[in-house]
Amino acid sequence: MHEHDVLVIGGGGAGLRAAIAAHEEGADVAIVTKLHPVRSHTGAAEGGINAALREGDDWELHAYDTMKGSDYLGDAPAIETLAQDSPGETIQLENWGMPFSREDDGRVSQRPFGGLSFARTTYAGAETGHHMLHTMYEQVVKRGIQVYDEWYVSNLAVTDHDDPADRECHGVVAYDIKTGKVEGFKARNGVILATGGTGQVYDHTTNAVANTGDGAAMAYRAGVPLEDMEFVQFHPTTLPSTGVLISEGVRGEGGILYNSEGERFMFEYGYANNAGELASRDVVSRAELTEVNAGRGVEDEYVYLDMRHLGEERITDRLENILHLARDFEGVDGLEEPMPVKPGQHYEMGGIETDENGETLIDGLYAAGECACVSVHGSNRLGGNALPELIVFGARAGRHAAGKDLGEAEITTGKTSEIEEETDLETPVEPGAVTTTDEDVAADGGAAVVEPDETVRHTVERERTRIEELMEKDEGIQHAELREDLQKSMTENVNVFRNEEGLKQALEDIREVREAYQDVYVNDPSRTFNTDLIHTIETQNLIDLAEAITLGALARDEFRGAHWRQEHQERKDDEWLKHTMLSWNDGSPELWYKPVILEGEAKTYEPKERSY
Amino acid sequence: MSTQVPEEQEQTDPETQETETSVEPQESPGDRRRAERDATRQRREQAAAQPAEPDEDAVLLKVFRYDPEVEGKMEPRFDDFYVPREKGMTVLDALIYARDHFDTTLTFRHSCRQAVCGSDALFINGRQRLGCQTQISDLDNPVRVEPLPHQDVVKDLVVDMEHFYDQMHAVEPFFQPEEESGGDLEEYRQTRDNREKIKMSTRCIWCGACMSSCNIAAGDNQYLGPAAINKAYRFAMDEREGENMKEHRLNVMDQEHGVWRCQTQFSCTNVCPKDIPLTEHIQELKREAVKQNLKFW
Ligand SMILES: Cc1cc2nc3c(=O)[nH]c(=O)nc-3n(C[C@H](O)[C@H](O)[C@H](O)COP(=O)(O)OP(=O)(O)OC[C@H]3O[C@@H](n4cnc5c(N)ncnc54)[C@H](O)[C@@H]3O)c2cc1C
Ligand code: SF4
Ligand code: FES
Repeated sequence: MHEHDVLVIGGGGAGLRAAIAAHEEGADVAIVTKLHPVRSHTGAAEGGINAALREGDDWELHAYDTMKGSDYLGDAPAIETLAQDSPGETIQLENWGMPFSREDDGRVSQRPFGGLSFARTTYAGAETGHHMLHTMYEQVVKRGIQVYDEWYVSNLAVTDHDDPADRECHGVVAYDIKTGKVEGFKARNGVILATGGTGQVYDHTTNAVANTGDGAAMAYRAGVPLEDMEFVQFHPTTLPSTGVLISEGVRGEGGILYNSEGERFMFEYGYANNAGELASRDVVSRAELTEVNAGRGVEDEYVYLDMRHLGEERITDRLENILHLARDFEGVDGLEEPMPVKPGQHYEMGGIETDENGETLIDGLYAAGECACVSVHGSNRLGGNALPELIVFGARAGRHAAGKDLGEAEITTGKTSEIEEETDLETPVEPGAVTTTDEDVAADGGAAVVEPDETVRHTVERERTRIEELMEKDEGIQHAELREDLQKSMTENVNVFRNEEGLKQALEDIREVREAYQDVYVNDPSRTFNTDLIHTIETQNLIDLAEAITLGALARDEFRGAHWRQEHQERKDDEWLKHTMLSWNDGSPELWYKPVILEGEAKTYEPKERSY
Repeated sequence: MSTQVPEEQEQTDPETQETETSVEPQESPGDRRRAERDATRQRREQAAAQPAEPDEDAVLLKVFRYDPEVEGKMEPRFDDFYVPREKGMTVLDALIYARDHFDTTLTFRHSCRQAVCGSDALFINGRQRLGCQTQISDLDNPVRVEPLPHQDVVKDLVVDMEHFYDQMHAVEPFFQPEEESGGDLEEYRQTRDNREKIKMSTRCIWCGACMSSCNIAAGDNQYLGPAAINKAYRFAMDEREGENMKEHRLNVMDQEHGVWRCQTQFSCTNVCPKDIPLTEHIQELKREAVKQNLKFW
């Protein structure tokens, strides 16, 4: 059994920042990650980091923009913390050597971004995430922080108390991808989940193939609520064949969207008469799909994004990266032809419920980054707000886990007296596990496992059994097929446009996949680098998350931020200024709600119509 | 070396889902979708399994296979996969298709599929490239895919990266400024020119293609190699670190297995997927090191 004070699961932006912070507090910290840290998806971020650094700007403005962008579904204490800590954290990155783009006076550059009232997006070329990831990994190397890379964490070692609020997390079980060994990792102080997004729930996403939401699914099954999972951000300009992102910068520079008739539809059909192509992400995504559905799409699938008129000089100067992406991933020369684009899944705004210090309901279990929902993005994330989230909340989680006192959190976790129960959602099928057995409860005659070492050992045993069973079966169904079915149904039914029929269809399809998963088997008999096994375990996580997204979307009968419902075309503030919460109770999801906190440090945010 | 043509394995028998469809009185959108999906699937599979010759419709992938613990795979071999050609298809797409449709044991690293994570550097038609960045249409058919040369093969296309990481770590790959920055919210000042100077060197994604292509690195295990030297360049040329640090960094480069090993063959520069002028950077460090030595004379 490996043992450390703090275990960080995931080596992306949030994980690296958490590890450095815990180390600075004197903790013995280790990172366990299925990809080597520099392979994490944070490296794909292009645009930049929002931070109020300059005169004329301040954290209050940043907080206000963020609250408005969230469509009043973010929690003020979280949003204000983000805005307050971001400048210090961003400059900290510079002080660690991050090669930010520069102004004439040698200071870091900032640029305007959608939904921001000040040009506060700090950036390093069009590769901000790459530089951020590498800069922090360099600091991890400098500090000699131990990294277990290519270790797949397959479960959390959590005690067996009946009430999730009494449970404690003492470590994790991980699988050494290179050798197939399953081992226990004990954490004396805490485990921080920083496992990133859930893009692979969809078949068309800007996310990496590794973004399978493992951390969120593991925490959920251990008893931590998932929050606001229905809010999935779709980006309007992704390449149709791969989902590779074509940055908003193209439209920023004057790129034009056309339908198959050659019409500039954003204006022609009145989707956004003022902002046109530069309307917010949700508006443009909806416009594109409306065109395709009306038969004005190209090959019934996409529209054109044209930048040819900008001229070769301007394109190579400011959008060089886009030329490479279009050529390498779509085989299109952006100087000669318009680029095909369509909306693609981009970001999961919901996730593991945490407070401002990264703590979850379960003692000793933390979460930070895209897998978490401290609720800074609400129902719609502003571009440039995810990267500051990683460093701000990654650092806080790391410090807190290492024992530093960060003060009492204002956001509460788990069910408290203010919560609103709501369990009357009608579903066409029974959601949740196919069979509920006792396997998740104490294995040794019913006595709860609560002692730390025993909890880890017990979880290791369970994982070894699960893996053996998957490997021993010689026939059945393979993960690739199930994953494909799941992704297709989600893309068809729980996409930009949602209606009751589709959402119910998705629940049925998810159920079908869940049932088929009972028969899943691993074809590869090898213990060496068995990606077949890993993808099989990941697929189970995708099933649970797809269901959480769909249940939340079906229950929320209003139109807010990224969540559009055909039958409900308005934002209903009277009923819906609340977070969707899902708890996994003995194998079936329970849906409940918790109020949004609109009360900030100095003022209370009043919901207003969102127009730009 | 034996060749194995993928068999028609899945989907030959009618699916239970199809039976359900025919029993159901009314066709729901889900059923329609499932029927369509099954039809597409069958069409694709036929396309994949049937062509005797690689032609317009199919790409023939010849993929290196090896597994140290599985009987029949301990002896390295190449497997053939016929993958239906699609517009914009990359080598990585084709590998994923082959894995998901024909042989789930086929093993390779990949994640971002957009040339930023550096995990799928492979030896494709005799050259180091990123699988995700290489269009099938730019290659001759058949397409031969092998693991990076000069690295130990773990399994199939997966190589051991430890040595590469060790070399990267050996050059003190972290920022070491001599002075503190101005204060809490103060950045170090850096001129635009200086940022421009180091820009290309900061783009490295640690894919290992350069190291694999380098003859010198192949012969001398201790040679730091192009990627690590480029990393040193990135900091040595960053004015924020200061002159003394630069001297220290040049000293690290100016040693037996450092910059002097490079014989300017340009193979690293030729294969780098991020277009980093590696050879040029190495040469510049050589010049700087000479200058510095002259200073002490
Ligand atoms: C194309 C793209 C562009 C973007 N651009 C911007 C931008 O300009 N500005 C902005 O603010 N945001 C942007 N975002 C969003 C932002 O980049 C992400 O939300 C953020 O990087 C997520 O970071 P993370 O640390 O939470 O997760 P990741 O970087 O995805 O890291 C997850 C880590 O967890 C590990 N892991 C996962 N599962 C397991 C497991 N089971 N066991 C062990 N380890 C595991 C992985 O190996 C990885 O190291 C962009 C996103 C995308 C996809
Ligand atoms: S220098 Fe280029 S080829 Fe070498 S590791 Fe970096 S990106 Fe890959
Ligand atoms: S998959 Fe990330 S570089 Fe190719």
